[in-house]
Amino acid sequence: MIDFSTPPYLLQAHTSVRRVMVQVLVALLPGIGAYVWLIGPSILLQLLVASLAALLAEALMLRLRGRPLGLFLSDGSALVTAWLIALTFPPLAPWWLITVGTLLAIVVAKHLYGGLGQNPFNPAMIAFAACIVSFPALMSQWPVLGLKLTLVEQLEMIFGLAPRIDALSGATPLDALKTALKIGEGNIDIPTLLATQEVFGTFAGRGWEWVTAGYLLGGLWLWQRKVIHWQAPAGFICGLSLLAGALWLWNPERFASPLFHLFSGGAMLGAFFIVTDPVSGCTTTRGRLIFGFLAGVIAYTIRVFGGYPDGVAFAVLLLNLCVPLIDMYTRPPIFGMKDGK
Amino acid sequence: MLQRLFSFRGGVKPETNKAPSVQVPIGLAPLPERLYVPLHQHIGGHPNPLVEAGQRVLKGELIGGAEGWVSAAVHAPTSGTVIAVEEHVAAHPSGLTTLTVVIEPDGREEWIERQVVDHRSLPPERVREFLRDAGVVGLGGAVFPSHAKLTAAKAVAMEDLVINGAECEPFMTCDDVLMRERADEIVRGIAIFRDLLGARRVLIGIEDNKPEAVAAMHEAVGRLGEDYQVVAVPTRYPAGGAKQLIRVLTGKEVPASKRSTELGVQCFNVATVYTAYRALAFGEPVLSRIVTLTGNVEQPRNWEVRLGTPMRDLVALGRPKPDTTRFLMGGPMMGFEIPDLAAPVVKATNCIIAGSPALFPPAPPEMPCIRCGACAEACPHELQPFDLYWFARARNFGKTQEYSLFDCIECGCCSYVCPSHIPLVQYFRFAKSEIWAREREKQAADAAKARFERRNSREEREQAEKAERLAKASVARTSGSRPAATDAGPPARPRGSSAEAGSGSRAESPTDAAAAPAVGDAEALRKATIVAAMERARAQRESAQPKNTDHLSAAQLREIAAIDARRAVLGSAGESPKGPDE
Repeated sequence: MIDFSTPPYLLQAHTSVRRVMVQVLVALLPGIGAYVWLIGPSILLQLLVASLAALLAEALMLRLRGRPLGLFLSDGSALVTAWLIALTFPPLAPWWLITVGTLLAIVVAKHLYGGLGQNPFNPAMIAFAACIVSFPALMSQWPVLGLKLTLVEQLEMIFGLAPRIDALSGATPLDALKTALKIGEGNIDIPTLLATQEVFGTFAGRGWEWVTAGYLLGGLWLWQRKVIHWQAPAGFICGLSLLAGALWLWNPERFASPLFHLFSGGAMLGAFFIVTDPVSGCTTTRGRLIFGFLAGVIAYTIRVFGGYPDGVAFAVLLLNLCVPLIDMYTRPPIFGMKDGK
Repeated sequence: MLQRLFSFRGGVKPETNKAPSVQVPIGLAPLPERLYVPLHQHIGGHPNPLVEAGQRVLKGELIGGAEGWVSAAVHAPTSGTVIAVEEHVAAHPSGLTTLTVVIEPDGREEWIERQVVDHRSLPPERVREFLRDAGVVGLGGAVFPSHAKLTAAKAVAMEDLVINGAECEPFMTCDDVLMRERADEIVRGIAIFRDLLGARRVLIGIEDNKPEAVAAMHEAVGRLGEDYQVVAVPTRYPAGGAKQLIRVLTGKEVPASKRSTELGVQCFNVATVYTAYRALAFGEPVLSRIVTLTGNVEQPRNWEVRLGTPMRDLVALGRPKPDTTRFLMGGPMMGFEIPDLAAPVVKATNCIIAGSPALFPPAPPEMPCIRCGACAEACPHELQPFDLYWFARARNFGKTQEYSLFDCIECGCCSYVCPSHIPLVQYFRFAKSEIWAREREKQAADAAKARFERRNSREEREQAEKAERLAKASVARTSGSRPAATDAGPPARPRGSSAEAGSGSRAESPTDAAAAPAVGDAEALRKATIVAAMERARAQRESAQPKNTDHLSAAQLREIAAIDARRAVLGSAGESPKGPDE
């Protein structure tokens, strides 16, 4: 290869992988803030555990693969994965569960596939999916809302020093809704449930609705900063709302409103931080729309009709599989070739 | 005047850095001690030297004639003596040499007899030839011979002539100052191109960061009573790319597979128009050009520089600051680092930028692609640079072509926006050069294969003929002693020898073959010679006829030759009584 000197000589100093990743982390802060305020400060500990595990795993894998440690450790991609894992796992999950998830994500889903930029699947979603399949009980123990635990008590729970008390056997609002409907066997309808049960708030899960609103805020900021494209989130929100809306209009007693679904579970986090992952997502404009839309549809289907409390992780992983196909069929026409000549 | 503007997708907005070099008017660079005028300064045929060492040349004298239609002439930029016609370092990133005429100026600037031409009085064909012989090429940087772009497509009416004064590369201001200072000449020159192409409308596109140039051109157009439209286009790199400017001004998109004339539009740079005008109206061929000297220098400025002036001499005029580490030719987006300042200024040298680590910081380390798609958004040709990058990296060159690698204009927007700091354009140039190299290799291999097959068949024919001769000799010998010759005896021997001709592995026959000629008497030999000659003639006739054996492997050819030889032997053995068969 003839080594031409590299144009352009004008480097755009304000763009780098690290900058992209740091902005994603910053965009997660409003959601994390609401989480700490409304759910409990234990999430901070989980974030710390996940971050440490991710950085250690990253360093280990980089060393094994003979890659420069400093350059890749500081790119921030491992931290983004770690934070997403911490935010999707139950906040009082034992420390080893989140560590196992993070190791799976960094070692298997990321580095065994070739590291940064090479992973076909979203590492955080691999972690979630693997853990919910392997440890279903632990993964569905959410703190009962209004559970007043001191920070020390929360620490003891996470590190296994205290027994996992009954107070933990709460469920996510989505899960609660599904379970209540099942138990009610048609004698109970959603509007009554939402109005009577303590787990539900103004328009979705109590507390959680504001956490997800925080994600929405961060996501919009990312879009405004041009870190993410609008197509995938828009597609996801459309896919989820259209299906949810159609069923809700048909039978509002059996199906919750699109608003409820958008602000429950992993929908907002998924829309702005998961389906927008450029590495495992589609690269074409139309592809991103399709990717987001189908992910939304599948996520809704799994969370309402499936056996799991939420379906975002499985929907994203399924769509990750389809990325090469979607990309191939949505390649945009190039300059001068738009009339198909 | 109101002109609807279109937009092209992508593009970037780097810092323009144009102000420093437009503070003072164009300066005339002094005559250097020696001029190194490369003979090949354009795209197309290499001109042959028309002068030799020791010869005196006048200013404007032809020193290299255009070679072929897509080529242009080269002239002596001043009067003086040719010192040598030799290899000299070229203004090229490779630092390789090129055939160069070295002239020692005598300082008298004696012109050749200048021939002034009115383009309306000559047939268009003659005007094109005149431009070719005046060395008029695209001075925007591509240096494509202009006359070759001056023929309208037969089937499509020429609607728009686009004159490119956009000058979108940062730092570069040579077209800007030219338009400010010599607008009249440019406007007059446009008429030449318009008339040759028969264009209905002329659009002069200038980026809106050059209001002085827009005003100057606008005034000149009004003063000269032309109906050209001067259009300020939004400043966005690469608005000055021919295809982008055509798109912005006319809304037409010229794909890589088409000439712009096929869409009824053609585009020329303002400096090109200016030189064409000087060539026709004053009889002055292209001897100099405006070069922006800027960047890390004390005195950034535009200079009118004689072609062949060593870059070192030009650079000294700007007084580079002490921390200058390198020099670029062209702009910072598409230019290249000059490997050796001994290289001369050529027609393509539009700008020289002195660079320092502060001005052009070293590239941060390359990170893996995260498929963010920023490059695809920035690509003015709407390609998917990240896909091309993956394929180029994997050396999957077929795929790169499928993803329109050759539509890439190497503008550098993708590299500019890449958060992973991947030198994408470099990968694309690599892929292109590999594809070209493979193409050449394939052609060479095909030629070699054809040569090999020709040689093989010739050798086989000769072997077969030799075998035949030997067979004849033995037939003659046996027929001499035993008139009632049977087939049983002779074929056995030639079969062995033909096998030898084919594979060369069976070694028992040579002794037989060597023994055979020694025996026969003179007359038998003579007869055999005659028969063999007839046989040769027949074989030649046969081989001249087309066969279904054109695309066979060497092994098949050998087999066929062996069978032919055997058959020939059998045939000739039975021929003498039977006569010509088949």
